[in-house]
Amino acid sequence: MYEQVVAVNAGIFMLLAMSLNIITGFAGQPNLGHAAFFGIGAYTSALLVAKAKAGFWLALPAAGLVAGLTGMLLGLISVRVREDFLAVTTIGINFVLVAVFQYVPFFGASLGLVVPPATVFGRRLDTGGFLILLLVLNILVYLLCLRVRFSWLGLALGGIRNDEQATASLGYNVNRFKVFAFTIGTFIAGLAGSVYAHFMGFIMSTDFSFPVSVSIMAMAVLGGLGTISGPLLGAAILTLAPEIFRFVADYRMLVYGGLLVLMMRFLPQGLLGENSPLANLLERRRPGPAGRVAPGGGNRG
Amino acid sequence: MFLQQVVNGIVVGSVYALTALGATLVYGILRILDISNAAAYATGAYIAFFVYSATGNLLLSFAAGVVLTALLGLAVQRYLFAPLMEKPPLVSLIASIGLFICTQDLLRLVAGPQIQNFHAGGVLPNIYLERINLTVYGSWVIVLLVTAALLAFLYLLLNHSAIGLAWRATAQDLETTQAMGINTNRVIALNFLLGYGFAAAAGIMVGIMYKYVFPTMGDVPAYKMLAVIVLGGLGNPLGTVLAAMIIGLAETLIGGYIGFFLPRDALAFVILILILLWRPQGLLGRRQAN
Repeated sequence: MYEQVVAVNAGIFMLLAMSLNIITGFAGQPNLGHAAFFGIGAYTSALLVAKAKAGFWLALPAAGLVAGLTGMLLGLISVRVREDFLAVTTIGINFVLVAVFQYVPFFGASLGLVVPPATVFGRRLDTGGFLILLLVLNILVYLLCLRVRFSWLGLALGGIRNDEQATASLGYNVNRFKVFAFTIGTFIAGLAGSVYAHFMGFIMSTDFSFPVSVSIMAMAVLGGLGTISGPLLGAAILTLAPEIFRFVADYRMLVYGGLLVLMMRFLPQGLLGENSPLANLLERRRPGPAGRVAPGGGNRG
Repeated sequence: MFLQQVVNGIVVGSVYALTALGATLVYGILRILDISNAAAYATGAYIAFFVYSATGNLLLSFAAGVVLTALLGLAVQRYLFAPLMEKPPLVSLIASIGLFICTQDLLRLVAGPQIQNFHAGGVLPNIYLERINLTVYGSWVIVLLVTAALLAFLYLLLNHSAIGLAWRATAQDLETTQAMGINTNRVIALNFLLGYGFAAAAGIMVGIMYKYVFPTMGDVPAYKMLAVIVLGGLGNPLGTVLAAMIIGLAETLIGGYIGFFLPRDALAFVILILILLWRPQGLLGRRQAN
């Protein structure tokens, strides 16, 4: 039972890390407020089920849609405001949103919101059910990432990340791709939020605060921004580590913060990034055709 | 009452300006957003608090807090940011966030999570001016005087000294300046020294003003620092001071008169997001070439 709860937590953060990776890893757009979209999904789903009496299976995609539409707005902002300005804007969005959740009575204010349980065919969805749901969602998102990464879309996004002006000069509509990456990434974060809300049964504003955004970023960075499997590995390591090593749980922010510093300093491409020791080891073990690697992309999953 | 709010806003704005100036200077030259600069705020306050507890000398503790934190900034530049110079800006940004979060937790471990009383006030008495209905707190006077002195020092340094000339040249074009035989590394080091020192001074004064220090005291100033430097046009010292005053005044006046459904601390970011949509380059920033 305990293991299952830990696994659900890992599954949710895997979704979040992969979705952030689409925005920051594939398209190279800084997003330090990803937890805001996680929160939008959670609150949308909770309010739909609790107040509008909608079913969980309707609320789940709705949560994704609302988060995705908000993310699309951010994407439109990203067209106007770039790099460092954008990074600060995303932090700002995170803070404003948490403040709204915390002070507006409609969102339960500081008391939080009690979320009705999810049901399937009239029966309550138990932890095992959530695990299956998360497994399905993770596989779908993973396939989506593969599809995005190794298609013309992924190449265009990689181009934006590496040199936006050069990509634009090749006739790519850079703005459309950026907005697309934000929409998809935040849509997935919204789905994760919905699952989180109904699994926990209770949500409050601090569940989606800035440190959560930093944690998601730490996971994606640890595994490797721009890789396919990296965020999965990073999320797995950072959600399981506090359960295995007690000291990690006590000094969580110290470990996450220190990890970000050390990774950026010594291995900015992440554990599974190009030319990292682990990626090289895996590559040597498997001397097959390197056909999965996109031409010009370079980052291996 | 109005005058009271205005003076209050200027005091708050001064603290924001001092905290944000360091990151502004760094951005002006390196084009990296050094969020960890805000960690200097709490670090400086704690060093001053410890020195004051040990010696009881306020001036000494202020100096120790500022100088030691400034040296820390030098170390951060040398060992963290210098090797990251060739990498994309996102790498430095993520590293600085990591350092900020890490420092905070480190302070909690070293000093304990509790709020510690920092009773160093009472240097200057509080005066009530009856005719204009204004209470002048001694700590306010200290904040305003120290801020004015530091800003004047920075102004003179940047505009009327050899290293200031080198700073302005480096801010315009790092490589060309280097090619002219200017030691840009010294300019960059000076940046971090000043930046961390200023933020430490702000933290110490806030500690004295409110009479306590705690590990996460740098949180809110850190996030507001970001709003302030972005509003000021990233890398523009004058814009930063202006933006800091605007946010300080807006917070006290809107909070005091109009009322806002969100807490005061969220206001800075609401202003930020609105202004960025209207002027993406900040209030005094130059338009970037697209």
